[in-house]
Parts: sequence; C-alpha cells; structure tokens
Amino acid sequence: MTKAKKLSLKQNYTMLTKGLDWEPSYQKKEDIFPQLSFEGIKIHNWDNWEDPFRLTIDAYWKYQGEKEKKLYAIIDAFQQNNGQFNVTDARYIQALKIFINAVVGLEYSAWRGFTRLGRELGDASPRIATQMQAIDEMRHATTQTHAISHYNRFFEGMGNAPYQYDHAWYLSIPKSFFDDACSAGPFEFIVAISFAFEYVLTNLVFMPWMSGAAYNGDMSTVSFGFSAQSDEARHMTLGLEVIKFLLEQDPDNVAIVQKWIDKWFWRAYRVLSLVATMMDYMLPKRVMSWDEAWTIYYEENGGALFADLARYGIKPPRNAEVTIKEKGRLSHEMWSIFYANRDVVGFPLWLPSQEEMAWFSEKYPDTFDKYYRPRFEYWQELEDLGTPYTNSTLPQLCQVCQWPCLFTEADDPTEFVHRETEFDGEIFHFCSDGCHQIFEDEPKKYIQAWLPVHQIYMGNCLLPDADPSSPDFNPMAEAIRYMGIKPGVDGGLFKDHSDAKNWEKWTERPANIHQGASTDFVRKTSSQNSK
Amino acid sequence: MAVEIKTAGVKPVRTAFEHLIARFGDKPATRYQEFAFDTQPKTNFHYRPLWDPDHEIYDKSKTAIVMADWYALKDPRQFYYGSYTIARAKQQDAIDQQMAFLDERGALSELPDQAKRLITFSLVALRHYEWGSNTNNNFIAAYGYGTTITQAATMAMCDRLAMAQHLSRIGLFLDDKTGVSLDEAKEFWMSHSAWQGLRRQVENMFVVSDWFELMVAQNLVADGIVCPLIFQEFDRHFRSKHGNDLSSLTNYSVRWQKDFTRWVDAVIKTAAAESAENRELIDTWVKNWHLHINSAIDGLASELLGDEATASLTTINNEFNVRLSKLGLSAI
Repeated sequence: MTKAKKLSLKQNYTMLTKGLDWEPSYQKKEDIFPQLSFEGIKIHNWDNWEDPFRLTIDAYWKYQGEKEKKLYAIIDAFQQNNGQFNVTDARYIQALKIFINAVVGLEYSAWRGFTRLGRELGDASPRIATQMQAIDEMRHATTQTHAISHYNRFFEGMGNAPYQYDHAWYLSIPKSFFDDACSAGPFEFIVAISFAFEYVLTNLVFMPWMSGAAYNGDMSTVSFGFSAQSDEARHMTLGLEVIKFLLEQDPDNVAIVQKWIDKWFWRAYRVLSLVATMMDYMLPKRVMSWDEAWTIYYEENGGALFADLARYGIKPPRNAEVTIKEKGRLSHEMWSIFYANRDVVGFPLWLPSQEEMAWFSEKYPDTFDKYYRPRFEYWQELEDLGTPYTNSTLPQLCQVCQWPCLFTEADDPTEFVHRETEFDGEIFHFCSDGCHQIFEDEPKKYIQAWLPVHQIYMGNCLLPDADPSSPDFNPMAEAIRYMGIKPGVDGGLFKDHSDAKNWEKWTERPANIHQGASTDFVRKTSSQNSK
Repeated sequence: MAVEIKTAGVKPVRTAFEHLIARFGDKPATRYQEFAFDTQPKTNFHYRPLWDPDHEIYDKSKTAIVMADWYALKDPRQFYYGSYTIARAKQQDAIDQQMAFLDERGALSELPDQAKRLITFSLVALRHYEWGSNTNNNFIAAYGYGTTITQAATMAMCDRLAMAQHLSRIGLFLDDKTGVSLDEAKEFWMSHSAWQGLRRQVENMFVVSDWFELMVAQNLVADGIVCPLIFQEFDRHFRSKHGNDLSSLTNYSVRWQKDFTRWVDAVIKTAAAESAENRELIDTWVKNWHLHINSAIDGLASELLGDEATASLTTINNEFNVRLSKLGLSAI
C-alpha cells in the first residue's frame, strides 16, 4: 500500500468542513435562522464566502496553546518578580484602570456577540469563522484579566471591574457602544465590529495600549499584546471579507452597509476618544500623539481603504472630516473634563507638567498654546493655592455616545457643540451632528439608553442600604458608591492618592517622574534619582 | 539544603478581585475563578435586542430553569482559555501520532468494501450530528446566562467542531483523501431512512428557544444515547469482525466524551438539585427528548448492529438510567 497523499492546509480545511451543514427538511430554514431577514440584507449565495481563517480546530488549538504557554510563563515571571514596580511611574497604572474597567468589558461583549453570529449566520463557513473569533475574544477578555490581576493586588480602582462596567457613568460609554452592536441584527453587528471597529480602527486601540505598555515597562500587558497580535490580524481579515461579501451579494446591500459604516465609524470614534486621552495624558513615556495616530491610522490607511471600496459605491464615512478637524483638540478637551470631574471617576487626575506641556506645544502647534495651556496653567495656580478647580455639578450627557457634551464645534474650538431634537414629546441632547444623525435614524432604540446622569437625578442610583431620609444623606456620595467608585479612595488628585504614596514607599521612586517626588520615601534616596 | 531566594517583600493591599473575595473568601483566586465568576454584565443594559425585544441582552428568563446563583453551574474541569487550548493541543498531538501511524500503514483503506461502507454510513455520517451539536452548544454559549456556563459552552462548541472534523478525517482515510466518502456520508444523512429519525430530532433541536432545554436535549439525552450506540456498541461490533484499527481512531472521541460528560453532568445535577421545580422540568425534558430520540435511532441501530440491536439499545438505556439517577433525576 502506498502512502496516502498529503493535503495542503487549505485543502484539509475545505475537506474537513465540506458540506457539514445541510438544507433542513424537517424544520424551516427561516425558523432555524430567524435573525437573517429583518435587516434587509440580501444574500444569494453563501458559497461565495471565502473563509479568511481556514483554520481547522486542531490547528487552532495547537497554535493558540503554544502562544498561551509562552504568555503565562511571562505573566508568572512578572508576578514572581514584582514586575508591577518596573513600570515608569504610578501614573501609568492609572491607564491600566481604564483598560481593565473598559476594554475587558468590550472584549467580553465581543465574545458573546460573535457567539451569536456563530449560531445565527446561515452557513457553515461564516459560522465557523465567527465561532473562531468568538473564542479568540473570550481569550482576550481572559488573558487581559490575568495580565492585570497582579496589579489589582497593589493598586486601587481595579478590584471590581465587572461591577463598574455596569454602573460607572463614564463606562456607560464603552458599554453602550457594545450593547448597541449586540442588540443589533447579525449583519449590522459584523459590519460594526469586524469592519468599522476591527478593520478600520483597531490599530488605534491596539497600538496605543500595547506600545504604551512596552514603552512604560509593563511586561505583563505588552506580552498579552504580542500574543494577541496574530488573533487581531485574523479578525481584521474577517472584517474586510465581510464587507466585500455583503457588497458583492446584492446592489441593494450597498446603501444599508453605507448607513452602518457611517453610524459605526462615528460610534467607534467616540469610544476611541478615551484612547486619545490615554495616549496624550496618561502615558509617562509617550508613543505618539493622538493627532499623529489619527493621521496615520485613519487618514492615510483609512483613506486608502475607502478609495479601494469606491468601486462598490461605498463612500468614506459621514463626518470623517469632523474627526480630522477635532484631532488637535480631542485629548485636551477630554482631559479637562476628567480633571474637572475627578471626584466622581475611578482613577486620580493630574495636570500636565511643564515638560509635558512643552511636548503638547510641539505636537499641537495650532491648538495647545492657544486654547489649553492657559487653562492648565490657571488650574495649576489654583492647585498651588490649595483651591483646585473642580466641577460640582453633573454634566449633560449625549443621548447616543453618552460622553458629556464636551466637544467643540468643528470650525470653532471656543464653542461647545449642542444639538437637540424632540421625540415623542421629550427633548434629547447630543454632543455632535454625528450622534444626532444616528439618533434620528433609530430614535426608538436610543431613547432606551441608560444615561447615568439622568438615572442619578431620577434617584435610580442608590444601593439598597442608602437612606435618602437620613439627615446626613449625601446624594452625590451615594451615587458614587452605587457606581462602584470608592469616595475618597478612587478619584481625586493624583499626588494625594494612595497609589502615588504607596508607589513612592514601595519603589523609592517618584510617583510622577515629571513632577518629582512628593513624599520622603523618595527624598531619602534622592541621590539615585537626581537625574 | 534548601536554597531560598530572597525577593523584595511588599505586602499586597488585597488578595484578589473584590467579587471573588466576596464569593470565595479573602484568599488568592485561581485563574479559572478570575474569569469565570461574576464577569458577565448583569444590569443597566442600554437597548433591547432588535432580534428579541422581550429580553435583555443577557437575560435569566431565556430558560425556564431558575437559579438563585447562575454561577453555581461550574465546570469541574476548571478550564479557562489557556488551560483548555493547552489540554486540547496535547490530546490532538496524541491522536495525530496515532493517525500518522495508521496512515503509514494504509489502515482502513485495506478493509473490505463492505466494512468501509459501514464506516462511511456510521462514523462519517455522524459528522453531521456533531455539526448539529456544535450548533446547539453554540446556542447555549450565545444565549446562556453567566460566564461559567457560557465559557464552557464556547469550549464545547469548539470541541464538537473538532469531533466533526475528526470524523471527517476518518472518512478521508477511507477514500484516499478524495472526499468521496464525505459526499456518500452526507447522502446517507440526508436520505437514508435509518438516519432520518435522528436528523429530524437534530433539526427539532435547532428551533428550541430554551437554552437549558437544549443542554438537556443535546448534551444529556441525545449524546447519552447516540454516542454509546456508535462509539461503544457499534465499535465493539465492528472490532469483532474487522480488528482494532477503527477503535484506535474512535478512542479519541470516547475519551473526549468522558471529559465532556463531567461538565454536562455537573451542570445538570446542580440545576436539578436547586429546586423541585427545576428537577421536574429537567425530568420532563429528559422524558420528551428521550422518547423521540430513542425511537429515532431504532432503524440506525438495526442497520449498524443487526441482531444485536435490541440488546445493545437495552444496555444503552440501562446505563442511561443509572446516569440519570446519579444526577438526581427520574429514570425513563
């Protein structure tokens, strides 16, 4: 007997998945896949779907299992050697709080969202592709939790991420984003997440966090990043495949897909504002500015992509020009809002140092010195006088993206954007034309939004043990407690925060490398830190 | 003499994530616990799903089963993604070596045509059943409540795809990798009268909307009857006539079933023990699905086992009843 022939990886995949599913005859196909028709997308031939992964599950296990072994060896070593003290300073740790409280929740929702598609898409090939992405996303939520777990043992504000994701006001921004996708039909979900988010914008999430981790000595998180990179590359490929498949199936799909691209580009961009802030203000050692990142990853890469998609009749996303006009302001406007509201957020805030402001002047020559430097210098004076500026009222939130209405007019950085509309006898408020347009298209969806500030004012944000009739009842403190933020522990000024104090005690290095030490723990070893 | 490396001793300010301390006490958490418990969003959802406006995105009422704590449905294997993929990669390495060895020898392809046809008819056609099970476990992963169950169901979804692919590989052993056996097997699955009862039941499962009912129908009842029929009774029958080569391939599925059953049994036993209502509900589901599935495989058993079919089905059902009683459920 001669040895049987060997199949290539692709042939092997094709054979092993060949005809696994079948045309049902005992139940109706529309009852088995009930979500396929209501969005108006027309699919004529699923056979035209090219599975971009072409991974059999055994190959997947081996490949991923190997990556997991390496990753956990590093995480173990990191923990054993107290690697948390090797990062640049304690401000970097604050960026990790956003990561565990917001990003892990997004990965979690991506996992569950893709499992739905794995079940609901009407053909074996796209179902296998989305099942694979589902378990990848589960991987990311898991490994991110494990990579950051050790930090939680030493620092505040990371201990109850799932609770905060459900309750904290600024975390309703990422949560509502993914709730929006998960509550949409399967085709909208995959355009939103695989294309608009993963393909067009993923570099803007991945690059800043992971390069930021690398630049700042965070071996645990950056190892996750390296390990997840090949997963992300697969997911991006899926995003492009999806869009081409939908557009090629039927000309009527083009307008629907365009509408989703417009919507999800804007939705994703608003979520990414959080990343802009992190990149410019929270990384002690910076990778690049938000302005630079947006120029490269959206304007240049995205521009080429949409030029390529023009042959299908797809146009660049609506309002893309606004993102370009805003890029010199976004992070500064955002950090101002966080600073002003620092007593109700889960991490402490600080003002940029002279060194950092010099960097901003260089990176943002048209905007920083003109609009933001004077503000920060004034706030620094107030801090030095012991009367730091603070905002004591709750901000007006946008009905769609749920950011405070903090953004300025595309053509006038001195004027806040404020749009509103009436629906069903009520007034709804928006941070931008982009969000307003999204609302007008699906008002019945967006009026449902759980807007934290509204909920607080309606008295819905109280823990069961809160007693509004008690004489010392403090509605603000109670609302913060409801949000999973510890009053007096989690927010406030960085220099007074226990993370900063503990950092200097434990490492004998300044908690803020740009401001110098603020406790005696460092001064006693100042000769080592005089540089 | 023990060598002790001194490391800088900084006492942590807490031992674990707060929700884990609340659940398990003030001690370091395992990696399984860190992701599996209390991580699913549970309140303040923003929008009702357009595809199911009667429910929240994650909603306890998507099954009639009621649990005070959904995280009680633990995975006794304590798999998290890393331990799962590493364990499966290792098992796959072992079966790959086995398959390479058989491939060298041209095993299975030397069997008489009748025996080959029987393998195509049974095991290769079963790949479609496994795909059905992939679909059903996928449903549980998508619509189940709580991370412990949905995480394990996501792994089960992948496992069932792996089983379908493993059976496909057996087909490729028979047909010199042309895929002809896969086409023949699909024809059996679609049209042969002996398979239609089971295919009907699988399709019926595809329209069940209660995810826990699917857990019972697919993972307890259907697997509890179909898997022993193929991997125990048919395998024994085949071995007695044609030697051990096939068993050395199905052994993989048998071992996997044992691992899978640990999870299925733990989940169902815990849910049944929660309340009399849960137990009655599960009993009813077991009874209904068993009634249909057991009668659906009569023809299949005869085709595979000939005269031994009745005795084999009796054995399978007796063993199934023993299992039910261990789970605190009523015999059928």
